[in-house]
Amino acid sequence: MMQTTSTIPISADAEQAWVLPSRGVVGMACLIVAESAIFLIFVVAYIYYIGKSLSGPLPAQVLDLPVLGTICLLSSSITIHFAVSALRKGSIRGCTLSLAGTVVLGAIFLMTTAREWYHLIHDFGLTIRTNLFGTTFYSLVGLHATHVVIGLMMLTTALVLVLSGRVGVRHAERLEVLSLYWHFVDGVWVVVFLVVYVLGR
Amino acid sequence: MIPILSRIAGSGFVRSPTSIFNPAATPAHSVFGLSMLVLSVTLGIFLIVASLLLYVVIRFRHRPSDSEQEPPQIYGSNQIELSWTVIPILIVVMLFLSTTRVILETEASPKPEDALDVTVIGHQFWWEYRYPKLGVVTANELHVPVSDPMKPTPTYLSMSSADMDHSFWVPRLAGKMDLIPNRVNTMWIDPQAAGLYLGQCAQYCGVQHAKMLLRVYAQSPEDFAAWVKQQQRQASQDFSGNAAAAEGQTVFMHSACINCHTIAGTVATGRFGPDLTHLASRDTIASGAVENTPENLRRWIANPSSMKPGVLMPSMHLNDHDLDAITAYLTTLH
Amino acid sequence: MAQGHPVLEAIDQTVEAKRRPPFDVVYEWVSTVDHKKIGLMYIAYALIFLLIGGLQAVLMRIQLAAPNNHFVSPQVFNRLFTMHGTTMVFFMGMPMLFGFGNYLVPLMIGARDMAFPRLNAFSFWISAFGGMLLYFSYLGGDGLYGMGSAPDVGWFAYAPLTAKVFSPGHSTDYWTLAILLSGIGTTGTALNIVTTTICMRCKGMKLSRMPLFVWLMLVTSCMVFVAVSPLTAAQIMLTLDRYLGAHFFDTQAGGSAVLWMHFFWIFGHPEVYILVLPAFGFVNEIIPVFSRKAIFGYPAMVAASVGIGFISLSVWAHHMFTVGMGPAGNTFFVFATMVISVPTGIKIFNWLATLWGGKIIFKVPMMFCIAFLFQFLVAGLTGIMLSAAPFNWQLSGSYFVVAHFHYVLVGAIVTSLFGAFYYWYPKATGRMMSETLGRWHFWLFLIGFHLTFDFMHVPGLLGMPRRIYTYEAGRGWEWWNLIVGIGAVFQVIGISIFVYNLVRSYSRGEIAGHDPWDAWTLEWATPSPPPAYNFAVEPMVASRRPLWDLKHPEDQDENYE
Repeated sequence: MMQTTSTIPISADAEQAWVLPSRGVVGMACLIVAESAIFLIFVVAYIYYIGKSLSGPLPAQVLDLPVLGTICLLSSSITIHFAVSALRKGSIRGCTLSLAGTVVLGAIFLMTTAREWYHLIHDFGLTIRTNLFGTTFYSLVGLHATHVVIGLMMLTTALVLVLSGRVGVRHAERLEVLSLYWHFVDGVWVVVFLVVYVLGR
Repeated sequence: MIPILSRIAGSGFVRSPTSIFNPAATPAHSVFGLSMLVLSVTLGIFLIVASLLLYVVIRFRHRPSDSEQEPPQIYGSNQIELSWTVIPILIVVMLFLSTTRVILETEASPKPEDALDVTVIGHQFWWEYRYPKLGVVTANELHVPVSDPMKPTPTYLSMSSADMDHSFWVPRLAGKMDLIPNRVNTMWIDPQAAGLYLGQCAQYCGVQHAKMLLRVYAQSPEDFAAWVKQQQRQASQDFSGNAAAAEGQTVFMHSACINCHTIAGTVATGRFGPDLTHLASRDTIASGAVENTPENLRRWIANPSSMKPGVLMPSMHLNDHDLDAITAYLTTLH
Repeated sequence: MAQGHPVLEAIDQTVEAKRRPPFDVVYEWVSTVDHKKIGLMYIAYALIFLLIGGLQAVLMRIQLAAPNNHFVSPQVFNRLFTMHGTTMVFFMGMPMLFGFGNYLVPLMIGARDMAFPRLNAFSFWISAFGGMLLYFSYLGGDGLYGMGSAPDVGWFAYAPLTAKVFSPGHSTDYWTLAILLSGIGTTGTALNIVTTTICMRCKGMKLSRMPLFVWLMLVTSCMVFVAVSPLTAAQIMLTLDRYLGAHFFDTQAGGSAVLWMHFFWIFGHPEVYILVLPAFGFVNEIIPVFSRKAIFGYPAMVAASVGIGFISLSVWAHHMFTVGMGPAGNTFFVFATMVISVPTGIKIFNWLATLWGGKIIFKVPMMFCIAFLFQFLVAGLTGIMLSAAPFNWQLSGSYFVVAHFHYVLVGAIVTSLFGAFYYWYPKATGRMMSETLGRWHFWLFLIGFHLTFDFMHVPGLLGMPRRIYTYEAGRGWEWWNLIVGIGAVFQVIGISIFVYNLVRSYSRGEIAGHDPWDAWTLEWATPSPPPAYNFAVEPMVASRRPLWDLKHPEDQDENYE
């Protein structure tokens, strides 16, 4: 049997308040920084290869402005914000409705992307192997869409939990962390939109 | 300190044919000058800091006779911090300015009218040289005229690559420059004395990166003109009295050799491998890896991988008779 | 608590565990989320890769010891240097440093675990799988003797060598996927360390009171987000190229080889600092304790570390002075690279000032730190030579560069790492490492290091490019390469003694007690080894050196902040 005794320091000003930031928010902030760097590289590659394709089709010939999808995705940022503040106030009903709205809006966005891709592949024969435009377009928009899918899965899980009545005010911070991710996905879309559909066209 | 360093570097490293401290052309000379400056500054810093470290370690070591008390705790001093921030900044600025000067001297100097243009194309694992204004195409052995400092005739190399990234490095003539597909880089050299300058590919480019050697022949203007004249001729078709060579030509022209190699004036127009029109005029084969003797040439054709494993030229599985004939033919290509 | 002075408190009873069946032990380690166990697993895993990578280096040195040598084939040699570089950077360096970070950061800031313990376990295992995947490649292709289908594209895998046409088969895929996995793991751990440092500090542990090691792990981890992510992005692109036929780096379809270089070095250069900053952290902890003085210029040290972190993000293209960036690009990167020597210099001077006026005790950890100081000085100075672009046109891609970065990676990082092993081994195991064996290890390794890497500079100056599997006689390279090879032998003996010492001391070392070095940071306030919960009572601190305050009630540290 071994017994070890050691000392730890206890300081004099022990009564002082000691508040540190929330783990969830800081962790999500770190993730967002790291993800932004990934997107940045894809955006740089996209911009670098604008106009460098050796063969068609070119963005100006085939891309349409994804207006509906953009409106849906951006307004889903507002609904998730409402969901968080409703939960914080204790309004489970408000939270459920806003959360469901967010999921629906996100799903509509995904659908518009799917339709756009179908159109490009089926009507114009543009795939990731066609030319540099295809390569950079599908990878940048696809990377963003992957993030939307992940976000939707998490939002749906949250919605199911809320519907099953297991969520209360004490979970407001967790939902807020999730909303940060969703805001980030929206913010990235603004950049993707500007680069792909405005600058690149 | 700089002259002393230069002399040590110059004498100690002179015996290597590829020493960067034995420059023979303007770009290499400017780098040499800068390197001596940087070396002496860093050597000075090294001597000061290393002796400080040595002093501290000896002077302040714990001795058995010391008391058990802890030494006085010193937490820092802004003045001292400031001084060892400002002094390095000054040194950095000085080094930066002298570096910038050499960059501009080398990269932004105007191209003289008499400059010779050569296109360099890197291949796995050999060098293609084309002299567009002279109509000369050759491989692996670059011939350039000696440049008189009074009336400079530098050679401008515009470089690209057919496959991998490569890097052109002849240390006695200049620093290296990469050859990158889809991109044209330029550099220039002006060897001031006739002779052979060695180097090799300095960017990893695949299995045989190690045997992608460089040979630059600097020749007097007369010798260079003679060389150009000889290289402009088409391959000789006259095999009077050399039946083996005549037969070799037939074998060559009827085998897959012609898909990759060019021999000017014949049906062989491939560009995947080196131009063989004047193969026999070169000192080496296999990109400088082997001396160009009939025996080596025969061994090379029989099985290139035995001399340079990983080389892209396949063994054609020729019988001994055909091998002899082709070797006889190729040795006539002066 | 109304007292004006710290209170001594007994906190822990560690009970020796009963012997358990091996399966239980394995299960416990595999399923653990304890930051200390994960830290130790990181370190053990990195040590295995250190030995494998070292073996690869020795094989290469045998091949190069004489001109025209036929010890290994060119193909095998190319696989060796690719695997050596990849292993040492991704599966030795980063796991090792993150292992120490994992183990020490919570202890040093008075926390009971990391912020996200399960993420921590996930990060470790995903990195570990990356390493295993990389080495699984040896079993593919022609099997082990032809070195399987191990990657052979070099550790920076320049395009288009990695394109499917030029690198058929799956060797490059192993490389890409392994690094992708390792990148995910690294990012996870970095996220954890940042969150832990920001959110889990004990009462009174302000940012301005954190031990410098924690500061450096914080800076390193922040750099991981912005440096490793671009590599992850580039690996995704390469994977798309290889599997889906995309054209990011396909030069035949208009893709750019230079873009890969940029993406790689945007990761690659900060990576050097990601590796070296934790090494600075070790030195920052060890030098004060063995000089018996507080670190000199704590705020300057923090500022210099953060400064290095920022500047290091703008120097990447000094790896590309020979790709033809033109005078403007070259000049910018010369400047950024030279400027980074200023904060680095500040660090060296502060360490010297810490030693100045101290009572330097030459225990093995301190000996390694002094060697670190000397070697890091040299590495920094050869770095300045390389930063002068025209000089770099001669030196880049030559053995001079190889010598320079090994001076950083081995001379600075591995050397300080050995110091860290001797310093914290008693904390992790409860036993001291043998001082005698440690001295043998130190001197043999030091001699080996200098034989190898001092003389490796010379062939570079004589025109020897890196990554060549053989060379002709007559270039003046033969003798230098032979000496370099002899140095490797000394290093092998030194490291063998180290490994023996590690194993031997585990059962036979002297009992350490909780604070064998009379040190000052919080980890020494816990028993050795610390219990799963680290601190029975959460500590509260009032200064940078809480244990100094305890031991010197008359001379409180906080008066000097």
